[in-house]
Amino acid sequence: MDLFEYQAKDLFRRNGIPVPDGKVASSPDAAQKVAAKLGGRVVVKAQVQVGGRGKAGGIKLADDAAGARDVAGQILGMDIKGHKVRKVLVERAGDIKAEFYASFLLDRSAKAFLGMVSSKGGVDIEEVAATDPDAIARVNVSPLTGIQPYHVRRLLFDGGIPKEAHKGATILLQKMYECFVNTDASLVEVNPMVLTGSGEVIALDAKVSLDDNAAYRQPQYEKLARDIPLPKQEKIAKEKSLNYVKLDGRIGIIGNGAGLTMSTLDVVAEAGGTPANFLDIGGGANAATMAAGIDLIFSDRKVKSLFVNIFGGITRCDEVAKGILGALEQLPNLKAPIVVRLDGTNAKEGREILEKAAHPNISMAPTMLDAAAKAVALTKGKR
Amino acid sequence: MSILLDQNTRVVVQGLTGSEGTFHTKRNLAYGTKVVAGVTPAKGGQKWEDQVPVFDTVQDAVDDAGANASLIFVPARFASDAILEAADAGIELIVCITEGIPARDMATVYPYVRAKGAVLIGPNCPGLISPGKSNMGIIPGEITGPGPIGLVSRSGTLTYQVMYEMFTRGVGQSTCIGIGGDPIVGSNFIDVLSRFATDDETQAVVLIGEIGGDEEERAAAFAKENMDKPVVAYVAGFTAPPGKRMGHAGAIVSGSKGTAQAKAEAFEALGFKVGRNPTEVAELAIASIR
Repeated sequence: MDLFEYQAKDLFRRNGIPVPDGKVASSPDAAQKVAAKLGGRVVVKAQVQVGGRGKAGGIKLADDAAGARDVAGQILGMDIKGHKVRKVLVERAGDIKAEFYASFLLDRSAKAFLGMVSSKGGVDIEEVAATDPDAIARVNVSPLTGIQPYHVRRLLFDGGIPKEAHKGATILLQKMYECFVNTDASLVEVNPMVLTGSGEVIALDAKVSLDDNAAYRQPQYEKLARDIPLPKQEKIAKEKSLNYVKLDGRIGIIGNGAGLTMSTLDVVAEAGGTPANFLDIGGGANAATMAAGIDLIFSDRKVKSLFVNIFGGITRCDEVAKGILGALEQLPNLKAPIVVRLDGTNAKEGREILEKAAHPNISMAPTMLDAAAKAVALTKGKR
Repeated sequence: MSILLDQNTRVVVQGLTGSEGTFHTKRNLAYGTKVVAGVTPAKGGQKWEDQVPVFDTVQDAVDDAGANASLIFVPARFASDAILEAADAGIELIVCITEGIPARDMATVYPYVRAKGAVLIGPNCPGLISPGKSNMGIIPGEITGPGPIGLVSRSGTLTYQVMYEMFTRGVGQSTCIGIGGDPIVGSNFIDVLSRFATDDETQAVVLIGEIGGDEEERAAAFAKENMDKPVVAYVAGFTAPPGKRMGHAGAIVSGSKGTAQAKAEAFEALGFKVGRNPTEVAELAIASIR
């Protein structure tokens, strides 16, 4: 789960990482109040989960509370790369002497944690990695030892951080690592980490991704998740525990297993169709799960047909067939065609059940590729 | 020969008496797998289904039943403990089916298990099967038979699909391994490829990848340098949008890296054939040994 900047900074504060004073606001009035309390110059920042908000006009300075109200009014409601701004973060503006980059993340290749520091901060770090890779210090930290002083020294020296910032940066990096581990984050990133005029080192921005698998042992996880708005369909999916991702096409997809479902999207695209979603029902092929899944998919009005692609392993195809029929009983108004492909455990029995039922919406195909072609053909010409 | 698992492997099932453990152990036993013990704390001394002795600890299962491999079905929050217990008891092959283990736990478990010299497959994986010999995990045994193709995959059902495509064309496998869909798994593609490279029975290898990370790219480079036998690949997730997690915790594209396109191109650039769909990769694999 990716956090908003204001959520990440709350988490930072609680873990002892220095951040600018500030508070989130969802209206110009609220922004004015925050600015008045802070006093002096403030910066008003759009809270969106997409890069490049500064260039898009989503970060503005204001000299006083009235000014903060004005710029918050301009920023709230803005559309930044398809993300609507619903909240702004109002922070005290400080003087910046230098900008750096710092992060801790899970390094899949090394199967360990990775710390990264660079003196080139405040810019797109992926750009730096591509054009000037030596400007980024990378140090793997074993979870068995945790972060040691030499890890921090290597990051600071190799990252080219000026000596005057070492003391502050050392504390910040150690606290960042602790935050990374204690919150079960997969990424904690500060860009820029800044040296202020008074010699402090603070996190001016904050990006945090939390590991969903660790939600059960992270007491703050649920509250944070509640404050992150989801598209309508994904919200329903979450409530029904369906593994669903909305896409933009016209053919609904249900598969069992993440890999097979991804592959199903690909073969539909290869056959000239556009997949409308990813929905992995896993082993849950009973009527209730099927009905919830089918209902969810067709709540997207663009969807014109559905392809159910099942390879029975542990999942039994006869159960899937019964599940589909049961689902359709619960959805009597559904008119769209459904193409079903069943293989693997009890596929023969499953096909017989569907043949016998002869439901007007359902057609079958012998292979995954045939079924994809059929689903695409059934969508052609429909508006 | 097969790799890692054969008819002599002596399996202890951790979490045997749970519903998952019971269901799949029955299937594995019916396939012929030598399941010699189960472990469920505080149920030691019982006999599961009147045939498999249950122990309180893995160490007891090793000492008293001679187990040398462990199959783990315990829930996610207890799974890292189960893996470490198996490694400490001297188990050589640890297969963890459990889904949803926090990445921090696996980051801690991984270097420890490696240092112990054990091989860990998974977590969040279907396990492995050496057709005709033994089946450890949840792969359906009916859709495969013994044969010359080695298979390694990050997926579950997609793996079954490719196995089945080969099986219906009369070609079986030496060993099929699902390495798991999590960001940190015990064995990666290269670990498995290096075993297939020296296995006499394996004449060609199918590698099934998916979006996320750079394991496929590294596997392609490894195979180019170290494999004398044909390797064919398939990658799922061409239509996956960046930043979205496609079911598996590992299946997420960040930036330009980790896309299916980049992975397929990495194989093709080194001269390996890549199937556009599961059917085609099965056909390519069969063609490669004829």
